[in-house]
Amino acid sequence: MADRPITYREALSAALREEMQRDERVFIMGEEVGVWGGTYAVTRGFLDEFGAKRVRDTPISEMVIVGAAVGAAMAGLRPVAELMTINFAFVAMDAIVNHMAKVRYMFNGQFTVPMVVRTTTGGGKQLGATHSHAPEVVFAHFPGYYVAVPGTAYDAKGMLKAAIRDDNPVLFVEHSTMLQRRSPVPDDPDFVLPIGKSDIKRQGRDVTIVTYQKGLEYSLIAAEELAKEGIEAEIIDLRWLRPLDLEPVFESFKKTNRCVVVEESLPMFNVGAEVAAQIQQECFDWMDAPVKRVAAMDIPLPYAREIEQMALPSPEKIIRAVKEVV
Amino acid sequence: MAKPNKDTLLDWYRQMVLIRRFEERCAELYQEGLIGGFLHLYIGQEATGVGAVAALRPDDHVITAYRDHGIALARGMDVNRVMAEMLGKRTGVSGGKGGSMHLADRALNMWGGYGIVGGHLPLAAGIALKIQYMGEDSVVLALMGDGATNIGYFHEALNLSAVWKLPVVWLIENNQYGMGTAVERASGAKELVRRALAYSSEDGSGMKMGPRIDGMDVLAVYEAVSEAVEYARHNGPILLESLTYRLEGHSMGDPQRYRTKEEVEAYVKGGPIERFRNYLTETYTGIVKTLDRIDAEVLQTIDEAVAFARNSEDPTYEDLISHVYVD
Repeated sequence: MADRPITYREALSAALREEMQRDERVFIMGEEVGVWGGTYAVTRGFLDEFGAKRVRDTPISEMVIVGAAVGAAMAGLRPVAELMTINFAFVAMDAIVNHMAKVRYMFNGQFTVPMVVRTTTGGGKQLGATHSHAPEVVFAHFPGYYVAVPGTAYDAKGMLKAAIRDDNPVLFVEHSTMLQRRSPVPDDPDFVLPIGKSDIKRQGRDVTIVTYQKGLEYSLIAAEELAKEGIEAEIIDLRWLRPLDLEPVFESFKKTNRCVVVEESLPMFNVGAEVAAQIQQECFDWMDAPVKRVAAMDIPLPYAREIEQMALPSPEKIIRAVKEVV
Repeated sequence: MAKPNKDTLLDWYRQMVLIRRFEERCAELYQEGLIGGFLHLYIGQEATGVGAVAALRPDDHVITAYRDHGIALARGMDVNRVMAEMLGKRTGVSGGKGGSMHLADRALNMWGGYGIVGGHLPLAAGIALKIQYMGEDSVVLALMGDGATNIGYFHEALNLSAVWKLPVVWLIENNQYGMGTAVERASGAKELVRRALAYSSEDGSGMKMGPRIDGMDVLAVYEAVSEAVEYARHNGPILLESLTYRLEGHSMGDPQRYRTKEEVEAYVKGGPIERFRNYLTETYTGIVKTLDRIDAEVLQTIDEAVAFARNSEDPTYEDLISHVYVD
């Protein structure tokens, strides 16, 4: 079947719909997923199509949204729990970190937790400090579940379907500013991407850019500008923070000998820190420059557009960073 | 509700004595350094655990907090393997990876003990959701301590169970103290079962407020929980409170500055095993010999469990790294 361009939002809807049609045990629960149709309209029409048993509105209760999904998954269902935004995932932190992640290990494999927590991340929408996080890296600290960070419609669909079909819990992080981004996506209901595989989004010989989501979007813009000056960047989209697939990064680095990590996270203890540490372990003899990191500034995000943008990564910041290492 | 016959009562007696002796032996093994970490003993609460679990069918479900040894044994978990878990052996019910607070047996629908106060309450709601989703008629018995009624999980899980009419029996084991803080110093509602009113409506919909039970009387617990189980099976969630007392400290090494020796002594005299033994000897003439024989058999069971645990292998590196993910 031919791929056709659809939006990131449509890709998510299609993935959910196809998996719910495929498997009766898959159901959705969360705030405003039913009557409202999803805060980001991902589940619009689902209540009519699948009924209230499988599209379940919940109270504003993040701890029990995740915790009840854990129990239902342990008992044999395959819940897709939605946390409206990742800012509210902090409220559910214990359910995620101490329960979703650990019940399998703690009871020596007696329980399986096949569930997905969908949520949205990202700043840059003038929502103020508490609603403008990109803290997925915090959640990637813990073993016991996977963390997905798709950056295109194609990846969003293939990765969400993979997450729902997998028997491990997955925190599926969508970017709130990328829902309208369009790319060709297969119609095939069995189009599923592998879990834990990064993807080379642009070939280049001069510098390796490691990134995901908003960083990917900005890096692609920066790379076109850099190309005009004869600098060819290779862009690797991590797609998953857990499992973290850095093999393509090492391979690329051994060719370019330079690396810039781009992310919307805060600058300390972030993806860049991990990638830089692993590159110096694996590729020490190939290093021609220190690994450079582009991230948000180490402050809460403000409301005013002018200074909010100042605090976030941008194509210009990426271009500057690349020029410092090539 | 099936009226318990003499054999059933004797089995409850055996379970209660088994729990008591198991816990006493655990305390010794802890002093010897063979048990590590936290150790929360169930001594004093045996009537609540045994009476409540007895009210369940095999296809019903039970989940509890970290004071879980008594519930595990009452549900029929293998004594040898529970003791092996205490000693951190790979033959333990959780392979030595869970410890005292994390005893589960999937085959018995015992969904585990949980170390974070209230953390298991949403899981209970989720298990009940699966029952409802699949059109089954089992129920979930979710036990918790009095302290758990003050954490956000309690509110969120009980409210959701009322909204979705989930088949859960929420049972508060009120042993009077959350660690060292007395109930009335921690809760606006001294009668904790009244929390149910917050999730119920004037028309009777929502959470049902069940009774406050004499948690030192195994028969009273069994009767009340049996009624609650039948209610939950057909109608939805119900909250009960069992008034009990922890005769030992919160965990090992608790100096117990928050209560007097006299208070504890008074409860020892009215302890659940003593009371039940008196009931049995008054009800059935000539039963003392049988009870003494059960006492002796239990001691032997415990000795065998300790021997099994001591002779079991330690977990290996393979155990350390397995079951983080489904492979």
